[in-house]
Amino acid sequence: MINSVKLFFNFGRYFILIRRAFAKPEKVSIYIDRIFEEIYILGVGSLGIVAIISVFMGAVITLQSAFNFESPLIPYYAIGVAVRDSMILEFSPAIVSLILAGKVGSSIASEIGTMRVTEQIDALEIMGINSAGYLIFPKIIASVLFNPILIVFSMFLGIAGGYFFGALAGVVSPHQYVYGITYDFRPFNVFYALIKSGVFAFIIASVPAYHGYFTKGGALEVGRSSTKGVVYSSVLILAFDLILTQLLLA
Amino acid sequence: MIQINNISKSFSGREVLKNISFTFEAGKTNMIIGESGSGKTTLLKCMVGLNEIDSGEVLFDGRDFYTLDFKGKKEIRKEIGMLFQGGALFDSKTVEENVVFPISMFTDLSVSEKRDRANFCLQRVNLDNANNLYPSELSGGMKKRVAIARAIAVQPKYLFCDEPNSGLDPKTSIVIDNLIKEITDEYKITTVVITHDMNSVIEIGDNIIFIYKGEKWWEGNKLEILKTENKEVHDFVYATKFMRELRNKF
Ligand SMILES: Nc1ncnc2c1ncn2[C@@H]1O[C@H](COP(=O)(O)OP(=O)(O)OP(=O)(O)O)[C@@H](O)[C@H]1O
Ligand SMILES: [Mg+2]
Repeated sequence: MINSVKLFFNFGRYFILIRRAFAKPEKVSIYIDRIFEEIYILGVGSLGIVAIISVFMGAVITLQSAFNFESPLIPYYAIGVAVRDSMILEFSPAIVSLILAGKVGSSIASEIGTMRVTEQIDALEIMGINSAGYLIFPKIIASVLFNPILIVFSMFLGIAGGYFFGALAGVVSPHQYVYGITYDFRPFNVFYALIKSGVFAFIIASVPAYHGYFTKGGALEVGRSSTKGVVYSSVLILAFDLILTQLLLA
Repeated sequence: MIQINNISKSFSGREVLKNISFTFEAGKTNMIIGESGSGKTTLLKCMVGLNEIDSGEVLFDGRDFYTLDFKGKKEIRKEIGMLFQGGALFDSKTVEENVVFPISMFTDLSVSEKRDRANFCLQRVNLDNANNLYPSELSGGMKKRVAIARAIAVQPKYLFCDEPNSGLDPKTSIVIDNLIKEITDEYKITTVVITHDMNSVIEIGDNIIFIYKGEKWWEGNKLEILKTENKEVHDFVYATKFMRELRNKF
């Protein structure tokens, strides 16, 4: 009972905060600068980790498919199909978003949480600045704009990783692999992945920001908000993954 | 002029402010004094809406703050400069950027005009050659001075200072006290200063209120406070040996 009351309280407070974050900015030029700043910190700063996990994931899917498909009835190019579809449909949009929820989410929650407990948010408010708008809006926009780019980047690198490691391990020839990745290719799947990653990007930026914004106390609580932000955004990503898959692919 | 009428405030059932009324005059330095934990900071935060009051009203030149909507409150806050007890500098910005920030948010000055204004404010608090340092690289007293420079950057109509000279050496303290006095006279600002420091009270206290356990215990000016018969105020004023000896001399 107490928990469901708390749940509603948090829902309500979250939506009020997000609405305030989307209020009319005090000065448009400053907000635009802030968006570029956040794209750089949150987006460009994540290129490295996305690249590494994507290449490895593509390689692992290639080797595992090769191991599982050891039947004369399944053609070798099926490996290419498997890598392409797993990367585009699930791995790049969902798993990469989960990784980003950990990396970006914890940094957003702890940045905003620290600003809360050191009264920097109060200082913004006292200047007559909408702190939710100034701090949270640029993060949401930066994520929603840049995460889909990261996801496409991840798809390419994953498929390329499969190509190289498949050839290196000798499980599939480049020719067969390339045939596989172009075989019955459906552009809608990429579109579907981009929609998903846009929704996940909104969650990744807004949920940790919410937890940071309402931090009370000191350094310990900032750590707690950061953990909560990551946990809740990850769970929400998985929940929305299910919902969107049902809605878009059914 | 700021008028507060019958302000009360409690935190989870514990009454911190009890029915406080006072008029803070424009062009005067109004001082709030009292023991640690008596409710001074809470009173200041209630006046600007950072703590919601339970009952009472706050009038900024007749405008009733708590009856205004989000936008109306923002308009009043643009006229407020505030120095927080902990400084509350933006730690992702340099000293100069901290002071320039409110200027860029609310004026259309050119980059060099903004920098000139910021440097002017920094010089008034005796802070040269620190423009490119980050708050983490400053001493406690330097942080305080940057925070004062930021508070006066956009020429506020109302200036709130929570212990402007705690952590400063006696010489810099006097510089800061005089600065506050000067700009108060010059621009007819309504200034509210919280302090523990009897030197400041005697130096610049035009109107003084003494808060004792959340109540307004005494009010008067700097001459009256030296002669008061009120026991708690007397004990506060003559807490140090220096003050007692001074009293015995005259
Ligand atoms: N956010 C809060 N939640 C609960 N209690 C609070 C909160 N802020 C202040 N208090 C309580 O209110 C009382 C007054 O605190 P306040 O910070 O106003 O004191 P102060 O007079 O500014 O003291 P100091 O001179 O040490 O800064 C204290 O007992 C404090 O515990
Ligand atoms: Mg205080």
